[in-house]
Amino acid sequence: MKTLKAIRIVAWAAVAIVIGGVATVLVLQQFDDPPIATVATIGGPFSLTDQHGQLVTEASLKGHPSAMFFGYTYCPDVCPTTLFEMTSLMAELGPDADKLKVYFVTVDPERDTQAVLADYLQAFDPRIGGLTGSREEIDKTLSAFRVFSRKVEGEDGSYLMDHTASVYLFDDDAVFTSTIDYQEDDTTALAKLKRLIDGA
Amino acid sequence: MSFHMILAAVAVSVSLVAPAAAHEVTLGSLTLTELWSRATPPNAPTAGGYLTITNTGDTADRLVAVSTAQAGKSEIHEMTVSDGVMTMRPLAEGVEVPANGTLVLAPGGFHLMFMKLQAPFVEGEEVPVTLTFEQAGSVDTFLHVMQIGARGPDGHAGHDDMKMDMSE
Ligand SMILES: [Cu+2]
Repeated sequence: MKTLKAIRIVAWAAVAIVIGGVATVLVLQQFDDPPIATVATIGGPFSLTDQHGQLVTEASLKGHPSAMFFGYTYCPDVCPTTLFEMTSLMAELGPDADKLKVYFVTVDPERDTQAVLADYLQAFDPRIGGLTGSREEIDKTLSAFRVFSRKVEGEDGSYLMDHTASVYLFDDDAVFTSTIDYQEDDTTALAKLKRLIDGA
Repeated sequence: MSFHMILAAVAVSVSLVAPAAAHEVTLGSLTLTELWSRATPPNAPTAGGYLTITNTGDTADRLVAVSTAQAGKSEIHEMTVSDGVMTMRPLAEGVEVPANGTLVLAPGGFHLMFMKLQAPFVEGEEVPVTLTFEQAGSVDTFLHVMQIGARGPDGHAGHDDMKMDMSE
């Protein structure tokens, strides 16, 4: 009996070691992949039109990862630079870029009409969708995506827009995963996009 | 090889290695370098302009105005990004060039702001500008237009390893 008990103890100890080992591996695996913050509150229903007149809604964000950023064509620096960066990143991704949808959403729909966006976006990757809509629909989208924007009036009726400059990344379920921040280095930005595509 | 041919070869190699945007303007104790801008997307209404101003004098000066025939309206602006939000404001008083110091106008910060563009800024072209300083007065010069997304006056965009049709 004693030997049987000893065997049982050894067996359970072995089980414990195996379980402990598996648990350790699982924990390590989690840390191996840098943690991605999941903020379920970013995103929601919207209904906008791209530069070709196609309807784009929250359903358009499903089935593939997406990158979305917000700006306006009167912006001399951040917006064209971000569009150019996304164009370059898509070129570096190669065929994988087709698995990603990239959207530039105007915060200034009064001036950024479908026609204006169609012209402007010719300088960038043709797969980038430029989204506009009524002021009401844009405002709804901005608030769903927690995007800050503010109109700053000039003295002669002209105006500028302050706005969120980050690129928002979403997985294939339209769940927000992370951002590419303004002037984030290319290597990190490319790694984020690759991770997003590989995870989908 | 004749002496002239050697000279010509030297001249060609110098022009090949010299960065496109290497021109320098002296105005009193101010030296202006790295004068550049970026090509604009089709029908873009605005463009930014950038330069470095070095002041070897013992008194501060101030860049107070900019103008160009290529824009309906030109201003001096400051851009900041904080908490992920981009803010841009005109500086009605201009911006100071410190005594024995340097003022840098560059993407993400101080810039010349051109609005109501009469025509797009085209890569490889030059945009004539007049810059006015409080002390040193005005000077006519030009900005070199680099590619869309260029990060500096040497024309390098974010991704050196890729060649776009619009690059170089
Ligand atoms: Cu500006």
